[in-house]
Amino acid sequence: MSGMVGGIGTMALSSLLGTVPTLPSKVKRIIYLFQSGGPSQMDLFDHKPSLYELRDTDLPDSIRHGQRFTGMTAAQDRFPVVPTLFNFARHGESQAWVSDLLPYTAKIVDDLCFIRTMKTEAINHDPAITFFQTGFQLAGRPSIGSWLSYGLGSENEDLPAFIALISGTGGQPLYDRLWGSGFLPTKYQGVKFRSTKDPVLYLSNPEGVDAQTRRKMIDDVAKLNEMRFKDFGDPEIQTRIAQYEMAYRMQFSVPELTNVDSEPEHVFDLYGEDSRKPGTYAYNCLLARRMSERGVRFVQLFHRGWDQHTKLPKDIRTQCMDTDQASSALITDLKQRGMLDDTLVIWGGEFGRTVYCQGQLTPEDYGRDHHPRCFTIWMAGGGVKPGFTYGTTDDFSYNIIDKPVYVHDLHATILHQLGIDHTQLTYKFQGRHYRLTDVHGNVVHGILT
Amino acid sequence: MFKTRSRSNRPIGSLSLVACLISISFSGGYAKFDFDRDIRPILSDNCFQCHGPDAKHREGNLRLDTRNGLFADLDGYKVVAPGDLENSELFFRISQEDPQERMPPPEADRHLTEDEIELLKTWISEGAEWKQHWSMAPPKMPDQPEIDEHDWVKNPIDAFILKRLEKDGLEPSKPADPRILARRIHFDITGLPPNPEAIEDFLKTPVIESIQKLFNSQSYGEKMAIRWLDAARYADTSGYQNDGWREMWRWRDWVIEAYNANMPFDQFTIEQLAGDLLPTPTLEQMIATGFNRNHRGNAEGGIIPEEYQVEYVVDRVDTTFTIWQGVTMGCARCHNHKYDSISQKDYYQVFAMFNNIPENGRAWKEGNSEPWLKAPTRNQQDELAALIKRDLETRKIWEKAKANYQMEFADWESSASNLPENWTVTDGLVVHEYVNPDNIKEPIVVPNLNGSAYAHLGNFGYFDEFSFGVRLKVDQFKEGTVLSRMVPVPEGRGYNLHLTGKGTLQANFVQRWLDDSVKVEIKEPIPLGEWVHIWVNYGGTRRAKDIDIYLNGEWVPHKINYDFLNQNFSSDEPMRIGKGMADLDGTVDDVRFYDRMLTENEIRVVFEQSTLGSIVDLAANARSRSQKAKLDHFFISQSGPKYLRTAYGDWQNANRMLTKFDEVLPTVMVMRDEMPRITRVLERGIYDQPGEKVVPGVPASLPPLPEDYPANRLGLAKWLVSGQNPLTARVAINRLWRDLFGTGLVKTTEDFGVQGERPSHPQLLDWLAVEFMESGWDIQHMLRLMLTSNTYQQSSKLSPELLEKDPENRLLARGPRFRLPAEMIRDQALAASGLLHHEIGGPSVKTYQPDGLWADFASDKDYVLAEGKDLYRRSLYTYWKRTVPPPMMINFDAAGREACDEAIRRTNTPLQALNLMNDVTFVEAARVLAQRILSAEKDEESILQNVFSRVLSRPPNGDEIKVLLSSKNRYYEKYTKDPDAAQALISFGERPVDPAISTATLASWTMICSTLLNLDETVSKE
Repeated sequence: MSGMVGGIGTMALSSLLGTVPTLPSKVKRIIYLFQSGGPSQMDLFDHKPSLYELRDTDLPDSIRHGQRFTGMTAAQDRFPVVPTLFNFARHGESQAWVSDLLPYTAKIVDDLCFIRTMKTEAINHDPAITFFQTGFQLAGRPSIGSWLSYGLGSENEDLPAFIALISGTGGQPLYDRLWGSGFLPTKYQGVKFRSTKDPVLYLSNPEGVDAQTRRKMIDDVAKLNEMRFKDFGDPEIQTRIAQYEMAYRMQFSVPELTNVDSEPEHVFDLYGEDSRKPGTYAYNCLLARRMSERGVRFVQLFHRGWDQHTKLPKDIRTQCMDTDQASSALITDLKQRGMLDDTLVIWGGEFGRTVYCQGQLTPEDYGRDHHPRCFTIWMAGGGVKPGFTYGTTDDFSYNIIDKPVYVHDLHATILHQLGIDHTQLTYKFQGRHYRLTDVHGNVVHGILT
Repeated sequence: MFKTRSRSNRPIGSLSLVACLISISFSGGYAKFDFDRDIRPILSDNCFQCHGPDAKHREGNLRLDTRNGLFADLDGYKVVAPGDLENSELFFRISQEDPQERMPPPEADRHLTEDEIELLKTWISEGAEWKQHWSMAPPKMPDQPEIDEHDWVKNPIDAFILKRLEKDGLEPSKPADPRILARRIHFDITGLPPNPEAIEDFLKTPVIESIQKLFNSQSYGEKMAIRWLDAARYADTSGYQNDGWREMWRWRDWVIEAYNANMPFDQFTIEQLAGDLLPTPTLEQMIATGFNRNHRGNAEGGIIPEEYQVEYVVDRVDTTFTIWQGVTMGCARCHNHKYDSISQKDYYQVFAMFNNIPENGRAWKEGNSEPWLKAPTRNQQDELAALIKRDLETRKIWEKAKANYQMEFADWESSASNLPENWTVTDGLVVHEYVNPDNIKEPIVVPNLNGSAYAHLGNFGYFDEFSFGVRLKVDQFKEGTVLSRMVPVPEGRGYNLHLTGKGTLQANFVQRWLDDSVKVEIKEPIPLGEWVHIWVNYGGTRRAKDIDIYLNGEWVPHKINYDFLNQNFSSDEPMRIGKGMADLDGTVDDVRFYDRMLTENEIRVVFEQSTLGSIVDLAANARSRSQKAKLDHFFISQSGPKYLRTAYGDWQNANRMLTKFDEVLPTVMVMRDEMPRITRVLERGIYDQPGEKVVPGVPASLPPLPEDYPANRLGLAKWLVSGQNPLTARVAINRLWRDLFGTGLVKTTEDFGVQGERPSHPQLLDWLAVEFMESGWDIQHMLRLMLTSNTYQQSSKLSPELLEKDPENRLLARGPRFRLPAEMIRDQALAASGLLHHEIGGPSVKTYQPDGLWADFASDKDYVLAEGKDLYRRSLYTYWKRTVPPPMMINFDAAGREACDEAIRRTNTPLQALNLMNDVTFVEAARVLAQRILSAEKDEESILQNVFSRVLSRPPNGDEIKVLLSSKNRYYEKYTKDPDAAQALISFGERPVDPAISTATLASWTMICSTLLNLDETVSKE
């Protein structure tokens, strides 16, 4: 009778196993602001003043350790160090360094927990983002949101437990698998909300079919299905009746959710003008809050455009203009509504960028290649230390000096905050018990309150 | 030994106990222990991790997965002493209270339940009988069970099923209603519902004849191909990052053909795994090897090719072993298998067989990656043969006519007068600019150098064949760009002709300057202080081998600076002359672009500046090569006697047609062992951590490769189907069973190892496996046995008792009832409405999907919807983009096609409801179904009868008629009042509306047909 209660991802682990392996949970929901393409840590957060002196000198071998380059810069004849073109300042009581690209983020640093020592294995977009989303570089495994949906079910009968939102044009492609359910049943997959007439695929009735007609038709389907059930006794038939009901409810609950007209002016002021426009990052941030309010357990935004191999100074400015205010607004908004304590917000990309220049270095211009060995993400709310910076990188923001955080560790920590022991959330497939964290992962207790 | 064990093992989740308990309760009907069924799963799940096949991580030198290990003597103790609990260390350890003594240890995160301990205890006390893991023992033809009630038993399948039912006190169900059976059989053989005539026919014909008729239909091969495509991870794109197109449909069509020919499974196996290694393989056998090239290919710019080359081989190994052996080889890539007897070395021995093709880890972003071959369809093969024949014939005529050439030429030459002044090659000439006809002295200043005037010049892409050239004069070697249609470096997207400081010329075709380009450079510097003519031919293949440079009409040698152009170089830059990467210090003239490559003679014509008249005036032996070429070319193409020109022109045309046709032939990626590589064990499976060298071979725990088999893929393929391999037939037959009955006899279709589920009917499985081999691997024979069995033909009605006792229908006291797979749901709607366009094979088609779905991801240009009939092809022809698969297919649980996926999922979600109610595919099908029937029937009940018959293969009952006709009337009222709504509803979809039917009538019946298409019964096989 799976799915009787409500459909997309409502079958909680408890019904599968009889026991829920939960720990006390700090967090009811997650909002993950994924910055696709790989934001440059040393232009945003990881301040490295000693680099000014070293501008246009070659990256020392003692730093690089002969590690591999991507195929894009391997053929470059030299690797000149390039410091950021942007000014940095300390902010808030916590005195966190933030560059002046992010004036709004700078205002909320006392709510943020910066991890400067994220580390991944992959050096290219597809494997790297797939790794962040599924714990494995090659496609085929369930995404983190699907694991949560499978493990915890939904809190809202009319909405999916896991929703993905996309913004930003150009940049690196995204893939359905990033919120796919891999080998888990597809009911656990994330539902991608689009910024079109149909936020959910096939949501609206065809033209010429109004709600009343649809209601009538669903009633007939139910009647005929019920007759068949009487004859055949297959409980799947009853599940289908229930799913048609849920589909009908979604036809109202989803537009209600995505229509932001009812928000007061001050909310738009907070998130910025863009938040009125479907498809923008700001609009998606506002939606994320509305979804969280309605019990959606895992909302993940994907914003493209951080892959700045060339023309970094110009492009990162635009990118920050598009995102800074809304990211900051989301935290402020959640806090004002008393939701920040049980919502965990994560901001970050699939890797960072190199300290050395890709392409031509000029006084106003440079580019940076992919850098997996250290980069910065931030978290807020849900039991992580506010106004805190974790981990130390070397003077080149190239290697980690202290406290590395691996992708599996981040996953373990997210699950931990939701009350799940990451070693216990498993699914048997092809003879093996799979986990989001594979055979790795340690909860990063150092960032937790 | 136990006491010194280290504690280094890693925890893994412990949910598998659940699976273990299920299998125990499942086999509850048996009184006696079966080691393989009851005991090994406990040991495997709880102990093998540290005391199993993996020697590297084996604790205390103790292994419990082999007979020797389990009964080993430990200085007076035994691990297990049959019948003697006291002296069995294993029991001692699992029953200890002290956590430090007790096994499994706390850090293992494994816990034996009381029941499991009790089971192990009883097993040891009762003599500790041991058995080989069931799937590793070769299947033997079992005796058929003795059955009391004979008339239900139509063939041995029924005997095995009934025997088991009797044991559990269950009885088989009644036979299914014949119409329901007709629908069931049609779906199972053709993947399509029967039409009303086919149902009537079925009712009158013996079932076995109907089955044969359906086997003979082409739809059979299409239906069978679908699950094979899932397992073989077939798709129309390459899967990573930008996920560009590839072309593998010739392989897909090979599969359909093979099934339709009922190709024996052993041949089916050998040709797909090793068709290329057969003596003188046919084109079809080569195409079959595409099986092993269906894996994804990574074309992302920054990747390290070696890393992905390994991934491709891994994918081949894992896919092959999952499909043919039901073995999860993948585990042994990084370490010895924790559960099954496959060592890491075994893994790389198999790996070595798949590691010898000339492939690049960095795939092409668009199109097929090497090795591939041209794979004309059968029709194209005929056409090709005709074109070749025509080419030969016209050539023969030309050769014959040519005998008179000298004579005619001399004749013509002696009387030639009034020859045109400016004659040149104009076929394909798209740009011709005289920059400055009077030799300019200053560096070139071209009007609108950066402006739009030249924007249109030379806008070619990387799949375009084109050529271009200039005259150039420089007085010193200084870097400068001659022609450029390129974004400034470092991006450098575009192409240019560039003079280096050394005086050599480069032709660069670039997507990204450093790593995504094809760049060639002539070896010798050009002469200084004189005009030189330069010509570049670009072959439209993005490869350096198809680029040539000519100086003054003669080919000159060049070197290749970079040869990996993976994305289109076309840019919006204007054409610049004398500018680009550096300003040119020199003069340029006579800039030309052709939308094709020129032949050598044509290049000479283009180079040669003397007029035809002046050449004619020269003595024959005083003419230069290019002068001769110019005159010849003019004579034969323009001015010679007609019979000569015709003969030449016909041959040229025939030859060009042949070339053009050859260019558009489909290609397919194939296997070819042309690059033997030394294979080494990769430590932890990582590409740059090579270890011990290995030779090709099969896993040691399976029967050895016979000595007369080659140690390559061909040997492996023959070994799989040799009849000695214990797994192949079982795994294959289990898949066929699963497709008909919903669940395999072994539920874990992809895992026959110790962690997989045991068969529900082991003897039946063995009987089927042996029968399969003895029938000569005849797939249709096996399907026929299953389809004609009474087991299959039972009614699928479910009583509360059956639901309670056997919710998953593993014992088969009833027929199968489950939701149809995605493709059958769509195909059924198309078939019932008459929209279905039945055409076998060909390139995949882009059917309806919501607008903008691809563009959302910025991964591609947006989807271009197919037109006309192509919108209504069967779903196996729907274009499959791996990163954005067709949403309807995914909503209904189709496999993702990223990697081999054998698992069958059947979820039941609200997204499916929305899909069936609102997707144009189904709304249009409902409307077209309505209009089809409304034009044939008049009274309402007959209309309804007809709709039911087409969708459900049965007539409606009284209650259904009441409900639907009353709704129909309400819809009719509504749509009569609101004609705009009616018009909108019926206008959905591309198929025209039948104007003979009133709008309100059609709209209201559309709603009724849509209701039918949304029923659980409709989307289920009953």
